[in-house]
Amino acid sequence: MKRMGRTRRWTAGAAVVALVLTACGGGEGDAASAADCELGATDGDLNLYNWADYMDPELLAQFEEEFGVEVTEDVYPSNEELFARVESGGAQYDVIVPSDYMVDIMIQEDLLMGLNFDAIPNVDNIADEFAAPPYDPDLEFSVPYQWGTTGLGVNLSVIGDVEPSWDLVFDPEVAGELGGRISLLDDPRETMGAALYWLGHDPNTTDEDELQEAADVISASRDWIAAFESNQYSDLLLGGETVVAQGYSGNFLDNFGDDEDYAYLIPEEGATIWTDNMAILADAAAPCTAHTFVNFILDAQNGAQLTNWTYYASPNEAAEEFIVDDVLDNPAIYPDDEVLDNLFFLEDTGDSERFYTDFFTQAKS
Amino acid sequence: MSVVDTGSGAGEPVSEDSVARPRRAVERLLAGNAWMVFAFLYLPILVLAVLSFNDNRVVGIWGGFTFRWYGEMFADRNVMGALRNSLYVAGISTVVSTALGTAAGISLERFRYRGQRAYDGLLYLPVIIPDVTMAVMLLLFFVQAFDLAGALFGIDARYGIGTISLSHIAFNISFVAVVVRARLAGLDGRLEEAAADLYASRWKAFRKVTLPLIAPGVAGGALLALTLSLDDVVITSFVAGPGSTTLPVYVFGLVRRGVTPLINAVSVLMLVASMMLVLVSLLVSRRQGE
Amino acid sequence: MATTLEPPTGEAAPPSAAPSQLGLERDAERAESRRGFLIGLPSLLYLVLFFAIPLGIVFVYSFGNRSRTGRTILGDWTLSSYERLFSSLVMQITGRSLGYAILTTVVCLLVGYPFAYYLATRPPKVRGILLVLVMIPFWSNLLVRTYAWRVILGSDGPLVQVLGAVGFTDVRLLFTPFATILGLIYGFLPFMILPLYASIERLDFSLVEAARDLYASGWEAFRRVTWPLSRPGVIAGSILVFIPSFGAYVIPEILGGSRTTMLGSYVVLQFLSARDQPFGAALSMAILAVMLASALLYFRSGAKDVG
Repeated sequence: MKRMGRTRRWTAGAAVVALVLTACGGGEGDAASAADCELGATDGDLNLYNWADYMDPELLAQFEEEFGVEVTEDVYPSNEELFARVESGGAQYDVIVPSDYMVDIMIQEDLLMGLNFDAIPNVDNIADEFAAPPYDPDLEFSVPYQWGTTGLGVNLSVIGDVEPSWDLVFDPEVAGELGGRISLLDDPRETMGAALYWLGHDPNTTDEDELQEAADVISASRDWIAAFESNQYSDLLLGGETVVAQGYSGNFLDNFGDDEDYAYLIPEEGATIWTDNMAILADAAAPCTAHTFVNFILDAQNGAQLTNWTYYASPNEAAEEFIVDDVLDNPAIYPDDEVLDNLFFLEDTGDSERFYTDFFTQAKS
Repeated sequence: MSVVDTGSGAGEPVSEDSVARPRRAVERLLAGNAWMVFAFLYLPILVLAVLSFNDNRVVGIWGGFTFRWYGEMFADRNVMGALRNSLYVAGISTVVSTALGTAAGISLERFRYRGQRAYDGLLYLPVIIPDVTMAVMLLLFFVQAFDLAGALFGIDARYGIGTISLSHIAFNISFVAVVVRARLAGLDGRLEEAAADLYASRWKAFRKVTLPLIAPGVAGGALLALTLSLDDVVITSFVAGPGSTTLPVYVFGLVRRGVTPLINAVSVLMLVASMMLVLVSLLVSRRQGE
Repeated sequence: MATTLEPPTGEAAPPSAAPSQLGLERDAERAESRRGFLIGLPSLLYLVLFFAIPLGIVFVYSFGNRSRTGRTILGDWTLSSYERLFSSLVMQITGRSLGYAILTTVVCLLVGYPFAYYLATRPPKVRGILLVLVMIPFWSNLLVRTYAWRVILGSDGPLVQVLGAVGFTDVRLLFTPFATILGLIYGFLPFMILPLYASIERLDFSLVEAARDLYASGWEAFRRVTWPLSRPGVIAGSILVFIPSFGAYVIPEILGGSRTTMLGSYVVLQFLSARDQPFGAALSMAILAVMLASALLYFRSGAKDVG
């Protein structure tokens, strides 16, 4: 496999350590809350709380048939809403799919159950690069589900061949010429992050001067930014309302289909990588069914089926032989090493979150 | 759909020939305005209906005519389940909140008692409060209440249709009360007093005189409650439980990945269904009138 | 709030006769007043349980601290969330929301009043049907409807093409304040129409006829009779439009492209992005206090005018 040797910011060294740990059942760290489940055991119906349109219904049907349980899937629109419900104790679900930084927060708040890897042997299928993520280095509480990047979708027939760069949205010489047909995400962290990459700053900075600088960049770009849009950016792009749009990889690629006029670019100054992760709630009603489900999704063929359906990349290395070539050979889904080295996780900045929110709100209007 | 009957119900205080029709020119202006408003209200609906037959996932680009979204809609168990939940919640919360809200409106507008002003203020708060705040506070409340119920009675309460309906009623009562009061305010109270003298029982007087008088207000309040309940996303998504997702919440999740024409198809289905209901209740009231 | 509500006494009842007269009358008043209270009691209990108590929880939260992870820490009470209310950002957002909401309310009233009047003067059989026809579009999802507006207002949309055909080329409608306000009007117009209809429909039109005989002009008759009599509907409708448009966030986001943040969005941001429940709670409390005070004032002045 061509991606075998690639390295990540969280380095191969850590990955090896983690792999060793996981191989010996690294979930023992929180033995008190780790479930005592046998491989393939079930202890009730499964309640899954997931992002919308992020699970192949066929997979759920297969799981139901194989293990004789019912799966109920509900959806949430954001990590924050998920957190609000889980933190208050008002989420009666077994398996949830939080993003990277939210896993970190939920671990700190003791909201997740320690995983018992005796019941999840398929964890070995996870690629080295994802076996020791910074937010949960030993995969004690979470296993990666899907991953992707945040970059730019562009209409090639209008802007022609361009360098993948944040210049497309922030540089007056480039972006200013596009007739105000640009959209950015309406997300304090992602959008401020884009400006921070363009300025060459750390996307997780807590330095107020740097944040002010980023806000100024966004504010100065308002003349040519049509909208701050987090949901329908690819529809706007395909409908001709915009020609450059910031957004998530899988969403763009899913919507572009075979249309050669559109492309997804990962800006060279740096861009955001994110993972969504399966985790089991500490007070899950059916912890063993939950473990069985996690193991089921980590199966090579099932993981491939998921990726073929979502167009997001799979952290499941064993699945790659079953993933269709269109997806696997697409550098926008599976970027090459050089690009990968330039991708960054957004981390929780603690008390600085409010500065992101306020600077961004100020910059927008 | 009794709302339609009550709007045109018996006991109408104004007989038809006493309705003062404005003069010709004004009448024409009014009619023109009414048509414009209807056009304005239905323009997006028309667009939505057309798009539901669009053979293209991307909204706004015509890809040919198709029925496939309707096929997919009926096959999609998530959509159908969410639709069922929505109708369920809307039905319960409209009925209960119309009854409670009407009573609250009458109580505040027709009677005087100590503490009324505080009640009055409380009644406006659900109208004013931002959705998301109400969502968070209801979530926190249900968590506490469930803990208490568990500790005291050993009840394992679940989030679901019940919690959603309770929450919808909590904001709908106020909206109904506001509309009913607008109707009651300035209504001649002597009519009711006379009726109370005429009929022996208060209840009968209420049923025969007051209720028909305020019926349009009650109908308006009920329509408002139904509409709010069918549209609520934020509060519902905070207090929903496994399997009780309503249609707006499901749609809200989907728009993150692009509104597929599937959602338009669902909306068209709901519109057609409500039109049919109106038609049926019209026919029924016609028959009763004969 | 609930504690101030005791079973009523005659004191609050309207004064009627000399105090010395009348045990009987007083008893009757008391009974009447108690009856009124009992009618309102079920809703009161409901609102106390499912609104006032939850509101109390959020009120307590507004004095809490945000932990580093975004949990609310209770116990170490602080007023800092309330201090932040006076920042220039909050003021700026409030001012803008106010402007949008007032404009929306005024337009809704100008369009909705004649519409409700027209509806109310139709034959009784037709009225109910027309009223339901007003509401039907709103039983389809708000988001879906608003996205349909996006298609209508878009650069390739019908409206821009019509404008282009009559000589206004290169007009942009979508993602402008115009689009936001149009969306707000669309979203909240029925909230104006319903109470207006309810209060106009009950007018005794023989009064209007009489007025027409008295004052020569129809306008004068409208100004002196119809309008004052329909004031309660105007007031209720204005409140039902003003308040939600003041706190709107879905419509400005979709049609305005989030280029202008309104107060509703800012509150949502606190809860669902910054994970700052105390500040979100404090903002909500401030909105509640200010809006409730103005609504009650508005109502009182309206009630006085009606007499």
